[in-house]
Amino acid sequence: MTRIERRNLRNGILFALPYLIGGTVFMVYPLVMSVYYSLCHYNIITPATFAGLDNYRVLFSHDEVFWKSVYNTLYFTAFSVPLSLILAIGLAVLLNQAVKGLSVFRTVFFLPTIVPIVASAVLWLWVLNPESGLINGMLRAFLHIEGPGWIADVQWSKPSLILMSLWAVGGPMVIFLAGLADVPAVLYEAAEIDGAGPWQKFRNVTLPMLTPTILFNLVMGLIAAFQYFTQVYVMTAGKGTPADSTMFYALYLYRNSFVYLKMGYASAMALLLFLVILAATAGVLASSKRWVHYHGE
Amino acid sequence: MASKTLQTLLVYAVLLALSAVFISPFLWMLSTSLKHESRIFPKPGEPPQWIPTTARVDAEGRPLVIYEGREGVDLGPDEMGRHVLRFGATEVTAWPGDFEVRQRSGLHWQNYADAFHKMAFWQNLRNTLFICVTVVLGTLVSCSLVAYSFARIPWPGRDTVFILVLATMMLPYQVTLIPLFALYRELGWVGTFKPLILPAFFGTPFYIFLLRQFFLGVPQDLSASARIDGCNEFGIYLFIMLPLSKPALATTALFMFLFQWADFLSPLVYLQDDRQYTLAIALQQFQSHHESAWGPLMAMSSVITIPIIFLFFLTQRTFIQGITLTGLKG
Repeated sequence: MTRIERRNLRNGILFALPYLIGGTVFMVYPLVMSVYYSLCHYNIITPATFAGLDNYRVLFSHDEVFWKSVYNTLYFTAFSVPLSLILAIGLAVLLNQAVKGLSVFRTVFFLPTIVPIVASAVLWLWVLNPESGLINGMLRAFLHIEGPGWIADVQWSKPSLILMSLWAVGGPMVIFLAGLADVPAVLYEAAEIDGAGPWQKFRNVTLPMLTPTILFNLVMGLIAAFQYFTQVYVMTAGKGTPADSTMFYALYLYRNSFVYLKMGYASAMALLLFLVILAATAGVLASSKRWVHYHGE
Repeated sequence: MASKTLQTLLVYAVLLALSAVFISPFLWMLSTSLKHESRIFPKPGEPPQWIPTTARVDAEGRPLVIYEGREGVDLGPDEMGRHVLRFGATEVTAWPGDFEVRQRSGLHWQNYADAFHKMAFWQNLRNTLFICVTVVLGTLVSCSLVAYSFARIPWPGRDTVFILVLATMMLPYQVTLIPLFALYRELGWVGTFKPLILPAFFGTPFYIFLLRQFFLGVPQDLSASARIDGCNEFGIYLFIMLPLSKPALATTALFMFLFQWADFLSPLVYLQDDRQYTLAIALQQFQSHHESAWGPLMAMSSVITIPIIFLFFLTQRTFIQGITLTGLKG
């Protein structure tokens, strides 16, 4: 090693030192300990006792609420993620029609995403209030129908949360807008010469060119949906009511760790969540070879 | 040509309709926050009311009321919570639900006063700002140092380590939460700000990545000429890289500030005393204790949201650029 190489190694490690320490203490150590705790009975007050695969066994065969939380989370993800993508693409395409006041519209659609989640959850509790809320009030006044109980109704609680999640499509929308700006104008001109209408241009030019951005937003959306927590915590006071219909995976995990103090059990849930996120991401990335088109290829 | 105009009109119609839908929850929040309690819950058959109303008062500021068909003045509650109402020469007492406070269009600021009073607002704001500012500073210092190492110093093994840093981004917070809670509990830090602040001083993978991408784009000749002038690595970082990276540093600071302002889970887990609460936690606690106090609740939600919207308008360009940058290159 030359003198310069040695100096670079020393400097490189010194500059990276904060995260070399941070990554070890705040990521690697907890990951290892999570694996260990998941194999233990651990209530945080007394030391952990080794229990083998007991936590996993109970999770899979004796815990109905666990399966309920898996179902609720998948239900939410299956609707919220695709609908958000469709709405975000729709809005981005509309905004991309060289409309006047683009920045005003963009701001309007983007603002909900920067509202602190606690505030937007409290706000939506009020908007969805069955007696005096905005939505049922509007339904009553203009359509003369009595709206459902929304978040308070077992049938409607998950659709309420899905509806609410659509209010926050501004983030993916802005990314789609940037993706649209990268679509070369020649492609549209060529399509027009071939006699393509608006729908055909969207279907055969816009959509394929947006697939890399769709991939990114899809992965991000899936990861966020699997970890959905704050909204439902605030809106149900941490209880997942009514009748566990909003008991989401991350909420049940939180309750196990900080309400029931079953830290080993919750660690097992956390590791399973990690594996599912990895598998889902890997699955989407693997499938992307078949449907994502990169420009210049 | 005509179909083109029609299409444009259609686009505007759809955009305007959707804008109305997107903006209405905000307006509803502001409107409710400025409404007198008696108009927050509309009477059966009335449509939602958008224009706030406040109590009609007499010359001395006392609310005018209607009770059993007669018009009078509310002299305020007695120690039982019943209100003393005066009609000419006679006085009666009645529960708040039994008489009607006469209304006029106008802003009812009392909800804000009530919310501030019930929430230890200034204390909560101080806590939030303290955490936000410390975390932003810690993130800027630590992430820029680490990013500099990955972008500008060619050390053996660097790229492997960088991949590992990116890999830690995939780890969901639930996995690290319990062991870290146990660790902080061991150290006696639960119930202090330390678990919320300290990790920021050791770097966050996402912002390390963002700053590295930016540093990579700064021309190498600037560092080279500084090196010839006898500047060491830290000098180049401090006097050349940081001043040239203001946009990326601004994006990092902005995103981190917004994240901390709204962060919920960590304060929920680590803060135990209501004097330590951040605004987000205080709002949630207030909501769980006063479920139907919609006026003060909407006032508090507005107070938490409006500074963020204001900040957004001030920094809109940095903001949108930051999102698209991280989004497309992430």
